[in-house]
Amino acid sequence: MSEIKQISLFVENKPGRMAKVSKTLSEAGVNIRAMTVAEAGDFGVIRMVVDVPEKGYQVLKAAGFTVSMTDVLAVEMKDSPGGLYEIVDTLGTNNINVDYAYAFVTAKAERAMLILRVDDLAGARRVLGEKGIKIATPGEIQKI
Amino acid sequence: MSGYWDPQIERMPVKDLQMLQLDRLKAMARYVYDHSEFYRQRFNEANVRPDDIKELSDVTKLPFTRKVDLRNTYPTGMFCLPKNWVVRYHVSSGTTGKPTVVGYTQGDIQTWTESLARALTSIGLGRADTVQVGYGYGLFTGGLGLHYGAERIGGAVVPTGTGNTERQIELMQDLESTAIACTPSYFLHMIEVAERMGISIRDDTKLKTGVFGAEPWSDETRKRIEEATGIKAYDIYGTSEISGPLCTECHMQQGIHMWADMFLIEIIDPATGEQVEDGERGELVVTTLNKWALPLIRYRIGDLTVKDSEPCECGRTHPRIMRILGRTDDMLIIRGINVFPSQVESVLMKIPEVASHYQIVVSRKGPLDVMKVRVELTESGFSDKIGDLMSLSKKIGKDLKSVLNIAAEVELVEPGVIPRSEGKAKRVIDNRKI
Repeated sequence: MSEIKQISLFVENKPGRMAKVSKTLSEAGVNIRAMTVAEAGDFGVIRMVVDVPEKGYQVLKAAGFTVSMTDVLAVEMKDSPGGLYEIVDTLGTNNINVDYAYAFVTAKAERAMLILRVDDLAGARRVLGEKGIKIATPGEIQKI
Repeated sequence: MSGYWDPQIERMPVKDLQMLQLDRLKAMARYVYDHSEFYRQRFNEANVRPDDIKELSDVTKLPFTRKVDLRNTYPTGMFCLPKNWVVRYHVSSGTTGKPTVVGYTQGDIQTWTESLARALTSIGLGRADTVQVGYGYGLFTGGLGLHYGAERIGGAVVPTGTGNTERQIELMQDLESTAIACTPSYFLHMIEVAERMGISIRDDTKLKTGVFGAEPWSDETRKRIEEATGIKAYDIYGTSEISGPLCTECHMQQGIHMWADMFLIEIIDPATGEQVEDGERGELVVTTLNKWALPLIRYRIGDLTVKDSEPCECGRTHPRIMRILGRTDDMLIIRGINVFPSQVESVLMKIPEVASHYQIVVSRKGPLDVMKVRVELTESGFSDKIGDLMSLSKKIGKDLKSVLNIAAEVELVEPGVIPRSEGKAKRVIDNRKI
């Protein structure tokens, strides 16, 4: 099963850095599906899911950014109260830790998509699958 | 194993070397007294005459000289020969004050060249080598010094000077350079540029030897350079007032051989001026024994090091000095504690997540000095978990504190943010207004 590749970037907390990231991606025709910024004082980490991760990674690296790729899960979530609870509760009772998570809503589906980084990817996939929760493939993310 | 350039001198028994030094010291004391108003006056003030030198230890009777003396007598007030003897001038950059001018006779250039010929031979270089000289040419001594030394041993010199880094790397490949001489910080920059060009110095060039100096650097940086490129990295020592690059380690990498037939070296306590024992850290003092346009008597360069008079395993009998810890005027005093940039470097270079470039920024917040150390992350050191980055930054701070005894703020910055240098790196920004 191929995983969703999230791109993470180390950036200094300075005006213009986000602009440089998004400009680099837009010039390469890479589309951002979801993103989040975690800040820690002088610096921050930008994490994002894009349509063509390999290309995004290459162009950002060539632009001089410190970039890494991380495997994450994209989990479909009912866009109604309790949608998130079902997922995280399943993971929690199975002792799988969520390192971080962020969500986005897609235009065509009535479903929201939750991006999860967990400490046990295979385990998460299994227990969520048992509950009938759908996990998106890289192809599906690309097609959104 | 490497051979010797001048085995008779390099392996001379210590007793004989010391006799030679005494002869030369006596002659030098007489020479400067007779040829220079400046020295005559200094000797008279110290109540010493050339004839008072009867044994080597009598050198302590002679007065010290310092950079300020060269500045006060700018441009040529300390020269011992008239202009018609001088065949070359070198001039310091004057970044820390008035520049200093050093003149050379034909013989002085010969001595300088011999010193480097011995040194380069001791690290295994010879006729078969192509030596790329990436030190600045011109008023700075680095380029021409290495150039003459490498030519003397029959090596082929590629006089690239500094800058134009991509072209340097192309030439390194095309002309199959086997050795490079430049500042360690510039070589670190070259490694980065080569990587960006898709060239591995280890696999795609013939480089096997580096001669690095003109700025303080650490053993940890040496390790990094050697591991990243597969070359052997040697420390070279010199100072513009004496002759720029002069002496290196031998292939044993156990200290820099200071040719005793050319220099009499002492290590003193900078506070008292008294000589200290071998193995004790102190300030290097050099008396030139074979330099005629501008001889220096007990010159206090300000470099802090340790001396070892035991003959080296390589068979050379001349005293060695260990890696320079720093120059007394590079030393930062932060909240009353002495800090050398080289100490910061040796801490940082032990941490694999930290890239090779760093910067120290000192400022004052209210009454307190604040030291900030800016470091770049390596690609492999980057974790996308904030917690990992925070604990890395904390670890760097803790390691610095344990060595420096003062707290340092650590700032992680993006790669390429810290300015790269082509000559001497500017590691310290001191924003304190004192």
